[in-house]
Amino acid sequence: MGGDGHNLELSPHVSDEIRKTTCYMCACRCGINVHLRKGEDGQPKIRYIEGNRDHPINRGVLCAKGSAGIMQHYSPARLKKPLLRVGERGKGAFREIEWEEALTLASEWLGEVRQRDPKKLAFFTGRDQSQSLTGWWAQQYGTPNFAAHGGFCSVNMAAGGIYTFGGAFWEFGAPDWDRTELFMIFGVAEDHDSNPIKMGLAKLKDRGVKIIGVNPVRTGYNAIADEWVGITPGTDGLFILALVHELLKAGSIDLDYLLRYTNAPWLVVENEGAADHGLFARNEAGEPLVFDRQEEICVSSKDKAVKPALKGQVTLPDGRKARPAFELLAQKYLSDEYAPEAVSERTGVSASQIRRLAGEIAQAAFEREVVIDQPWTDMKGERHEKMVGRPVSFHAMRGISAHSNGFQTCRALHLLQILLGSIDSPGGFRFKPPYPRPIDGQPKPHGGCKPGEPLAGPHLGFLRGPEDLLLEDDGVTPQRIDKAFSWDAPMSSHGLMHMVISNACAGDPYPVDVLFMYMANMSWNSSMNSGGVMKMLQEKDENGDYRIPKIIYSDAYNSEMVAFADLVLPDTTYLERHDCISTLDRPISEPEALADSLRWPVVDPATQGEGRDVRGFQSVLLDLGGRLGLPGMVREDGSAIYKDYADYMVNHQRRPGVGPLAGWRGKNGDQHGRGEPNPEQITRYIENGSFFEAHVPDEAHYFKHANRAWTDWAIEMGLQDGPVENVFQLYLEPLRKFQLAAEGHGKRLPPESHRVRIKATFDPLPIWYPPFEGQQLDENEFPYHAITQRPAAMYHSWGSQNAWLRQIHGANPLYVPGAICDEAGLVDGDWAFVTSHHGRIKVPVRRMEAVNEKTLWTWNAIGKRSGAWNLDDDAPEAKKGFLLNHLIHELLPPKADGLRWSNSDPITGQAAWFDLRVRIEKADPQDHPVSLPQFEPQEDGLEQPADQLTYGREWGEGT
Amino acid sequence: MHPAISVIFFTVTSGAGFGLIAMIGAGMPLPGGLLSAFLIPALAGGMAIAGLVASTFHLGRPERAWRAFSQWRSSWLSREGVLAVTTLVLFAIYTLIWMVTGERLFWLGLPLAICALLTVYTTAMIYAQLKTVPHWHTGLTPLSYLAFSLACGLVLAGSLGGHLQPGSLAARLSFFAILIAWLVKYLWWKRAHGASLSAFGSTMETATGLGAIGKVRLLERPHTGENYLTREMVHVIGRKHASKLRTIAVFLGAGLPLLIAFGVWILSASTVWLVFAFVSLMAGLFVERWLFFAEAEHAVSLYYGGRED
Amino acid sequence: MTSLPETTERALGLVIDLDTCVGCHACVVNCKEWNTGGYGAPLADMNPYGAEPEGAWLNRIHTFEVSPVDAPASIVHFPKSCLHCADAPCVTVCPTGASYKRSEDGIVLVDESMCIGCGLCAWSCPYGAREMDPVENVMKKCTLCVDRIYNDNIPEEDRVPACVRTCPSGARHFGDFSDPQSNVSQLVAERGGFDLMPEMGTAPVNKYLPPRPKAKPECATTTTPASVQAEVGGFLGWLDRALEKLGKD
Repeated sequence: MGGDGHNLELSPHVSDEIRKTTCYMCACRCGINVHLRKGEDGQPKIRYIEGNRDHPINRGVLCAKGSAGIMQHYSPARLKKPLLRVGERGKGAFREIEWEEALTLASEWLGEVRQRDPKKLAFFTGRDQSQSLTGWWAQQYGTPNFAAHGGFCSVNMAAGGIYTFGGAFWEFGAPDWDRTELFMIFGVAEDHDSNPIKMGLAKLKDRGVKIIGVNPVRTGYNAIADEWVGITPGTDGLFILALVHELLKAGSIDLDYLLRYTNAPWLVVENEGAADHGLFARNEAGEPLVFDRQEEICVSSKDKAVKPALKGQVTLPDGRKARPAFELLAQKYLSDEYAPEAVSERTGVSASQIRRLAGEIAQAAFEREVVIDQPWTDMKGERHEKMVGRPVSFHAMRGISAHSNGFQTCRALHLLQILLGSIDSPGGFRFKPPYPRPIDGQPKPHGGCKPGEPLAGPHLGFLRGPEDLLLEDDGVTPQRIDKAFSWDAPMSSHGLMHMVISNACAGDPYPVDVLFMYMANMSWNSSMNSGGVMKMLQEKDENGDYRIPKIIYSDAYNSEMVAFADLVLPDTTYLERHDCISTLDRPISEPEALADSLRWPVVDPATQGEGRDVRGFQSVLLDLGGRLGLPGMVREDGSAIYKDYADYMVNHQRRPGVGPLAGWRGKNGDQHGRGEPNPEQITRYIENGSFFEAHVPDEAHYFKHANRAWTDWAIEMGLQDGPVENVFQLYLEPLRKFQLAAEGHGKRLPPESHRVRIKATFDPLPIWYPPFEGQQLDENEFPYHAITQRPAAMYHSWGSQNAWLRQIHGANPLYVPGAICDEAGLVDGDWAFVTSHHGRIKVPVRRMEAVNEKTLWTWNAIGKRSGAWNLDDDAPEAKKGFLLNHLIHELLPPKADGLRWSNSDPITGQAAWFDLRVRIEKADPQDHPVSLPQFEPQEDGLEQPADQLTYGREWGEGT
Repeated sequence: MHPAISVIFFTVTSGAGFGLIAMIGAGMPLPGGLLSAFLIPALAGGMAIAGLVASTFHLGRPERAWRAFSQWRSSWLSREGVLAVTTLVLFAIYTLIWMVTGERLFWLGLPLAICALLTVYTTAMIYAQLKTVPHWHTGLTPLSYLAFSLACGLVLAGSLGGHLQPGSLAARLSFFAILIAWLVKYLWWKRAHGASLSAFGSTMETATGLGAIGKVRLLERPHTGENYLTREMVHVIGRKHASKLRTIAVFLGAGLPLLIAFGVWILSASTVWLVFAFVSLMAGLFVERWLFFAEAEHAVSLYYGGRED
Repeated sequence: MTSLPETTERALGLVIDLDTCVGCHACVVNCKEWNTGGYGAPLADMNPYGAEPEGAWLNRIHTFEVSPVDAPASIVHFPKSCLHCADAPCVTVCPTGASYKRSEDGIVLVDESMCIGCGLCAWSCPYGAREMDPVENVMKKCTLCVDRIYNDNIPEEDRVPACVRTCPSGARHFGDFSDPQSNVSQLVAERGGFDLMPEMGTAPVNKYLPPRPKAKPECATTTTPASVQAEVGGFLGWLDRALEKLGKD
């Protein structure tokens, strides 16, 4: 009873039980408290989901997506039973079958291929986070054709970082939010690391630290940035190199840092025209040489107490000439080509702004240095009394990486960080365990394939030069269906998932028999040219058989891709499954702690809806592994080793003592990192909130790339098996090796058609070149850029089935700069046609001023195929929403010679989503106001959802 | 504001009903006899009650409408309820006495008339009290409601009284009542024309507090679809459409009734003709009332991009 | 009673920091999930999977574009829920007494069992803080999570409104405005917290903190670095001297 005469219960019962698990409403992996309460049917029902205050990722907060988990879990688009296609592909007509039939069929298909020609299986997974299992499974199966979605997501960012300094952003590292004095964020809408970035920005705001947002669109993080750099898409590299130019010119670089931790002093051979020109001078042991400026001799860079020179031509002991990499670097970036005035027009950033920003960066780095009284010892044995840092930090994601110049742009950003001395120094960027993991600690890619045998090693890795390419004996033909690690995209460390369907359909380099995919919406928002991909999936040969004969697909929901599968394996929701976010993959660590986590079934799928008969995909994969008799998955007697994924999580050992989960190992659960499997491990995780955390020793908090205490601890924890040298690669020799091959040196040479491009783009020092699509088109015909941003309240295509999230983003307009609106006669509410070299779409228009003047943009993945996700055929997502994907082709426009390159970064193969160029014109106002293209509505066998939703009625006080 | 049919019907019809009750109470000459004593009050009470019943269609939980009588000390809506019931009870007693005795008691009729007009006043005050709707937030709103209520009452009473009286007085009174009511409405419209939110000092800048930075414009609504607020309070009507409807309202509500009343007055015709004036007036008022809502701008529209005229 | 209390013992409310809000809608959705299973009727959604999905929400985020005369346009994400006004017109217009302001803490509530769904309170509110539930047809509004902030069944540190607990960017603060020493009062004093539409005379309890001034692209450059290229020997000359200095350290 309140004091005002009203009946008011101030302490109502909230929930019967709280179960702690890991969120999966996006890839951020926050800890959540799931409140369960008995529902009307007597079964536990989800009352409320909140952030777990103890969790290292989110410390109690939870975003819109996470808070909408209830609606995802109870989505009417959930699949219920295994499905076998009955109609034509793409229609969505299926019959329900039992699991036994589904698994028998799948193992027949997969078994036959494995015995005949394993590469005829293409196994690609999407946004799942179980690559250490799926990759291992594919390796044991023996197909070279495995990858996850990194190739069309952010491989430029990951590979650019790993190759340069053994880390990258997001899961690999984070800004030092507590100590940084200046923060610059590039090309990030909401992408990855969503809550930690928001929490970090809040810390900066609290401390009054300046935030600079570099993004063509001024929403989200850029809206709260203290300064906005409304850059023209695809020119970030040029902008960064202009900052480098200014910093060099001012001498605002950390020379001590460069000498200690980077290859700046390494000697680069000068031998124009020869096979070693541009490679590092090495001694007989293969160690790179430096020139000691005091002793005036060439010595190994590994020697202690050297005083390396950073400039001057040197005569090597064998008589060749060489010069420190730093001098080449300084010459390159001090050139007028990178002067602010020279880049201003292209980047859309004024010379004075660039100059001022360089000054602010220099000031923060060198006049506000951070000193921590923490002694530490470096890898050469030198003791340092303090940790001194350059408090300038950066973060970047897809905005800079999803361009055909993305790899070099990411490298340029890391070059900037390293010149400032701000990688893993106080106030700068910080590695998250198990990172740093430099190239020397990373596997090379493995290909080849023999019937019935596993692959020799992991599929994906980091090649060191042309010798590591995965090519057939002719030195040209790719071994992989996606042409990863071929001359098309040599350093494609995450594969090229976006090319799989078109290559398989074209039989180039060869056709496949089974396409097996998980959680990747390839017939819609996860493909370029979605309409084309839909056709390819339906395309038949002269015999009337599908060009891709069998498609197995696993998903929890009735996505657009489900309609194109022959066999559908229904997955569980994230609250009904086991999962591990493993140190073998990309764990949830924070800079000062190694952390991994798991999911467990906080509710039993059998109680979560009538007739619900679903299984976690990873358990299904292990079941199939058992049926196929894959090595490591069956005992000698042929019986399956792992009952399910949970069993695997506990008992699988990748190396002796090292398994998927790092915490509570050993018979008694008292060992961490390394130790025998502990049967109680999952219980211990659950008791701890479903995560494990081991704190990095104080002495190892910074300079992990060269820190003895870090190395000792990482070895103890099983993160690495011995010390790994990590010298930051400002000058990236593997790139130079490809250039040399293109110049005609070495055993493996690229085809003539590729040589000019490789020579031009594989510069060992970061460069900038205009994005390919723009280069090949007439700028007058396609004057504008078109890009997408991810909304904070929606993750890929999943969110649209969510009754709450779809109210926030039920449709997406195209945001058009005011000046372009005026020119095209567009006002809010108009419809317009947007045309690229590949396609034409019709979209609703909204005017916007806070955007780069040449850039049109929209929210990502809101548009849906009519009928998908169990939405009404006339859902706004289908009728007013749209995808830019229809404008983007997986290939570039034909060149003069008729060849078409893939629309990707030439180095890594990263899909160049953001290179898109378009024009816009007003649609006839009398015309039917529906977005185009439209597709035949997708069918499904799901129950029609109710027309009203009163979630939680049974617990409320009612009225 | 969303022009809900139930509320339009309520304000117009019960306005006319209470207007007629006021005329009856004030002693307007009416035919005698039991039938008249039954039918005329039935018509007046019927209109008042029909309006009140219609207003409950606007309620989410009409079964709880009785609760609305409790807050007469602070709420105009509650006061309206209390007064409407008081008026109807008084009117029932008045009618009963009239039917039984054939007498229309002046000492009862006067408070009845006052109560009826007060009811109309409270109805108008429900709208006039709202600072959030500048069009309504004026003394002219109750004045206009009262004037229309009286005009309706007079025209109707005049037409009913036609058998007893020479037409000219009733027609003359009707003519002037209609004229005055529309003059008030004219003043109301004239004021409304200048009574935008911004004239009251409310702009997107004050709504957001961001005016110190620059000009404010809505980029995105909170949700992509409609919601209760946008449907209820961010009703947008085109300027052309509004001016057309205004012409219709004036023609039906003023032009035609005035012409009829003037004709009856000049020709000393039977006041029965005034029935047509009443019907036309009511039709005009439905359009006028539709505009009263549809044209009214609510402060919350500032959070939804303001009005695009 | 729909009369307002003359004073309240405390004045609980929110401070919303427009300088920090990134518009992520976390508060919006967390509010929905807490409240749909809690206080009063659920927050219903009509046609949740249909062509026109529409539900009741207690907190929504608008996005405004602000164009200064001499700088590029900027974006402000603007969360808005009930401001728990000291002079709340929504309370006094209520004909049934369902709408009331608590004398203990100033929270404005709707006693849904008394609400007739007339909608007048929503009309009287300039902020759009009240929404009619489409199924139960009673008025819904922010309760400041009155069923959390005093709830003995949840840990003490969680006894704050759901939107505050979940906000990832620290843009929402909860406290007692009647205490000048409280976190919220201090924030308002330090950062120039303001009222929305003060001209309405509603005296809102909730306050908004303005975005901090943005740097303009062409603002004064006090920090342009000096050029070492201009010094003796150009860049390489500087490098020699710098390395020599380094060697001595």
